[in-house]
Amino acid sequence: MHEMSIALSIVEAVDAKAREEGAAKITGIDLLVGRLSGIETESLKFCFSAASKGSLAEDAVLAIDEREGTGECTACKSSFPVSFYYAECPECGSLAVSIISGEEFQIKSMTIEEEGE
Amino acid sequence: MCDTCGCSSEGGAVLRKPGNSEYHVHITGHGNGHVHDHDHEHSRHHDHDHGHTHHHPEGHSRKIAMEQDVLLKNNLLAERNRGYFEARNIVALNFLSSPGSGKTSLLEKTIPVLRQHVPVAVIEGDQQTTNDADRIHALGVPVIQVNTGSGCHLDAFMINRSLRELDLQDNSLLCIENVGNLVCPAMFDLGEALKVVIISTTEGDDKPLKYPAMFHEADICILNKTDLLPYVDFDAARCRENAMRVNHHLEWFEVSVKSGEGLDAWTERIMKMVKRN
Ligand SMILES: Nc1nc2c(ncn2[C@@H]2O[C@H](COP(=O)(O)OP(=O)(O)OP(=O)(O)O)[C@@H](O)[C@H]2O)c(=O)[nH]1
Ligand SMILES: [Mg+2]
Ligand SMILES: [Zn+2]
Ligand SMILES: [Zn+2]
Ligand SMILES: [Zn+2]
Repeated sequence: MHEMSIALSIVEAVDAKAREEGAAKITGIDLLVGRLSGIETESLKFCFSAASKGSLAEDAVLAIDEREGTGECTACKSSFPVSFYYAECPECGSLAVSIISGEEFQIKSMTIEEEGE
Repeated sequence: MCDTCGCSSEGGAVLRKPGNSEYHVHITGHGNGHVHDHDHEHSRHHDHDHGHTHHHPEGHSRKIAMEQDVLLKNNLLAERNRGYFEARNIVALNFLSSPGSGKTSLLEKTIPVLRQHVPVAVIEGDQQTTNDADRIHALGVPVIQVNTGSGCHLDAFMINRSLRELDLQDNSLLCIENVGNLVCPAMFDLGEALKVVIISTTEGDDKPLKYPAMFHEADICILNKTDLLPYVDFDAARCRENAMRVNHHLEWFEVSVKSGEGLDAWTERIMKMVKRN
C-alpha cells in the first residue's frame, strides 16, 4: 500500500522538523494534494493515524487542500480544467495537452506546540 | 519476523541473491526505525511533564512553513542514483506492468541477445520469493532480488542499497523489474533513464485510460503477447490510441516474447541508447 509508505514519509519529515523547532507535539499538518497526483486522500488519512503512532504527530489533524488539475493545449495554448490525464482541448480538440497543475503533493506547513514553561 | 534469520525485523524490504540462501540484507526505507526512536523520547517527555507542575502544560502554538514535496527524500535519492548511473555510463531502465504482463519473460528473451554487446545486470522487485531472480540468474547475469514484503513498489532507497550489493560495470545496462502493479510504482522515481511500461493483449485495451498515471509517467510502452491477438477481444490500434491520449510523447512497440515477433526493434532501440551513451 503506497499510502502507508507515503504517510510514513510525511510523519518522518514533520517529526524531524518539529524536533528541530523544539516542539512538544504537532497539532496540525497542512497538505496540498493535486487531484492528478495519484493520492487517495481518504486512504492517506487512514494510514496516517497508524503511521504517526509514537511520533510527535500522533495527535495531529491532517488538513488536506485538494487542487484541481489544469491543462494547457500545446497546439492553441488555451488552458482549462482537467480531471484526467487524457484531456482533450475544448477549444481545438487537440489531444496534445500538457498538465500545468494538479500534480502537486506537498507539506505546506504544520502547527506545533512548544513546551510550556 | 524474518523467516530466514528469525530476527524480529518487521516491514522493510529484504535483499536476496539466487543460489545463496544465506545471503539476505534487511533494509528499512521510510524511516520506520525513526518512529521507534521517537517512541522512546515521547514517553520520556511525558514522564518529565508529570514530574513537574507546569502552569501551561499545553504550551504555545506556532505555525511553521514547510513547502516541501512529500516525496522529496525519494526524489533526492533518485537523483543520486541517476548521478551514479551517469558518471559510470550505465543505462538504467525501469520496467513496469501489472502482474503477469511478461516483464521477466521479456528480460529472459532479450538479455542473451543484449549481453553480446553490453554487460547487463538486473534488479528484481517482488513482494515475496526469488522466483524471478532465479530465472535471470539462470541466464548467467548478475541479479539481486528486492523483496518488498507488504510494499507495493520499489523506491529509490531500495535501488540505492541494491547498487551497493551489485558490482555494476561501467558502460553497462541495468534492467530494474518493478513490483507487478500498474498504480503505485508510477509515483516513485528510481533514478532510471527511462520508464518502460508493458501491457499485454489479455488485459483489455482500455488499460491506459483506467490507469492513466502509469502511462503518463512512462517513456516507452510495449504491447506484449501479440501472438494471442487472434484469440482475444483486444484492439491493438485502439490501445495505442488510448495510451497516446494519456501521453502524447509515448514511444510504442508491439512484441510477442513467445514468438519473438517485434523483439528486434526493441533490442535495437536499447542498443541505440547504450551506444549513444
Ligand atoms: N502467449 C504468450 N504468453 C506470454 C508472453 N510473454 C509472457 N507470457 C506468459 O505470461 C506469464 C507471465 O509472464 P512473466 O514474465 O512472469 O510476467 P511478469 O510481468 O514478470 O509477472 P510478475 O513479475 O509476477 O509481475 C508467463 O506464463 C509467460 O510465459 C507472450 O508473448 N505470449
Ligand atoms: Mg516478473
Ligand atoms: Zn500501493
Ligand atoms: Zn487547443
Ligand atoms: Zn533476517
